Amino acid sequence: MKESVQDRMTLIVIYILLSIILLLVLYPLIFVVSASISDPLTVSRGEMWLFPKDLSFIGYELVFANKEIWTGYANTLLYTLVGTAINLVMTIFAAYPLSRKDFAGRNVITAYIVFTMFFSGGLIPTYLLVKNLGMINTMWALIIPGAVSVWNIIIMRTFFQTSIPNEIQESASIDGCSNMQTLWRIVLPLSMPIIAVMILFYSVGHWNSYFNALIYLNDRDKYPLQLFLREILIKSQVDQMAGSMDLSVQKHLMEAEAIKYAIVIVANLPVLLLYPFLQKYFVKGMMIGALKG
Amino acid sequence: MNTAPARRTEAREAVPAKWRAFRRTFRKNWELYLLITPVVLYFFIFDYLPMYGIQIAFKNFVAAKGIWASEWIGFDHFERFFNSFYFDRLILNTLGISLYQLAIGFPIPLILALLLNEVGNRHFKRFVQTVTYAPHFLSTVVMVGLIIIFLSPQNGIINHLIAFFGGERISFMTEPEWFKSIYVFSGVWQGMGWSSIIYLAALAGIDPTLHEAAKVDGASRLQRIWKINLPGIMPTVVILLILNVGQIMGIGFEKIYLMQNDLNIESSEVISTYVYTQGILGAQYSFSAAVGLFNSLVNLVLLVLVNRIAKKVNETSLW
Repeated sequence: MKESVQDRMTLIVIYILLSIILLLVLYPLIFVVSASISDPLTVSRGEMWLFPKDLSFIGYELVFANKEIWTGYANTLLYTLVGTAINLVMTIFAAYPLSRKDFAGRNVITAYIVFTMFFSGGLIPTYLLVKNLGMINTMWALIIPGAVSVWNIIIMRTFFQTSIPNEIQESASIDGCSNMQTLWRIVLPLSMPIIAVMILFYSVGHWNSYFNALIYLNDRDKYPLQLFLREILIKSQVDQMAGSMDLSVQKHLMEAEAIKYAIVIVANLPVLLLYPFLQKYFVKGMMIGALKG
Repeated sequence: MNTAPARRTEAREAVPAKWRAFRRTFRKNWELYLLITPVVLYFFIFDYLPMYGIQIAFKNFVAAKGIWASEWIGFDHFERFFNSFYFDRLILNTLGISLYQLAIGFPIPLILALLLNEVGNRHFKRFVQTVTYAPHFLSTVVMVGLIIIFLSPQNGIINHLIAFFGGERISFMTEPEWFKSIYVFSGVWQGMGWSSIIYLAALAGIDPTLHEAAKVDGASRLQRIWKINLPGIMPTVVILLILNVGQIMGIGFEKIYLMQNDLNIESSEVISTYVYTQGILGAQYSFSAAVGLFNSLVNLVLLVLVNRIAKKVNETSLW
């Protein structure tokens, strides 16, 4: 069927709108990448608009020379690895039984878990609890509270229910597989896509979080990367807005300027590198969540 | 009157029968119970114990005495909060930012999804998706860092642009009247692509024969979007709206706290940041627990209310 003129026009408007949105999202991202390899002075004078100008890698040199950034990087890596491993195990432990129709009590336990999504004790009682458990200023304060997310349990349970034929599990059980063997040998190998999604959701969450570290950690050598980023990207800027400027301060500020863009790139590098390959999985996870949401 | 004892015996028989059935499945599935035990314990310790800890909102909590032994003082903390100088400001800011965000941030992902759904060119569609999803993965710290960089009065690109066109440079981050807009629109920038995924999934589920039939009947593209696609994803929209409205008083701490400074505080202080500064930094545990509890309760009531309304109007609800 031929498209009418009106439909043509509609489609053209749609493409134009989407292109505007595309540019609005893309521009700041490109700007940061270009700024990170341009001369900081040129950037701050506003002479660099899109492509790198007066190529300079001073920002990266400063990042690499900064010991604290590497401390933060190593800490974040550790917290992300340990945290994600615990998250994954807990999520499977919760989701598998809840996915089984013959698991008596699943409705009660589901209600018990889902209720926490709608009502919580709040920040202060949680803080006091973590304090009483002696986890303040340890990595466990960042990992144990939040060891599993209700939302992800629901996503994974839905996957188990909808994507793994019940008959396989039943015939395994008839052939003498115990529940654990069924989970380990049959269900999990068939669940690799959702496991990938979970690893991604949880690890990005750990990589990017700062709040728990802010309230529970005292020692700088335990700080995750995000807290150092906060100092460089946010605190120094506020000082700059408040303070007066003489020449020596200005030189110092130039250095802060130079490091900003490079550190944004370095901090997001793992996610940025993986993202294009994993986009498919992320989207799949969201879609499974949407089914149930 | 006669039936009451009869029903009781019936119940007495029913309970053991159920019990026996449960024992049978337990023997068969004991491993499943073993698996879920740590999870149940986890939620007990980290979600239900803090709920028990809420009682400090009605007590004068002294750390040395612990939660249980601290003395009860009733609603004093709540009264202090309701009468405090900050109360109006906190409520207005919390509600203001949330409603602003709902009005702008809620429809935009929906529109983006409807637009994307019309695109026939796979490469273009995929490219737009890849780009618009990407900011979702930036951390809050980096996001706020970028906001500050782009809006900086001396070096920011936005202000260079304003100056280029002969305007007056604006100190966005320190002017209270800009705070809410910056918060909301940066949120749209970061989240619109990601939030549109749910709608795209729902759109993919719409029966294509509806479109075929409408085309035969001479419906234009716009009419089909309006009369087929939009009603088709309405249940999803309503559910997300319920969830969003339920969160109206629960505006997140993380981003606001990072965007705050002494100069914009009058429009940036919300309940969650107030709880943090008073409670954790100021160590007024009982008082800020009371503030937090007030906030959670309002959220819960809102959620139940909106859910009920949605059930009546649209026959879509969370439960």
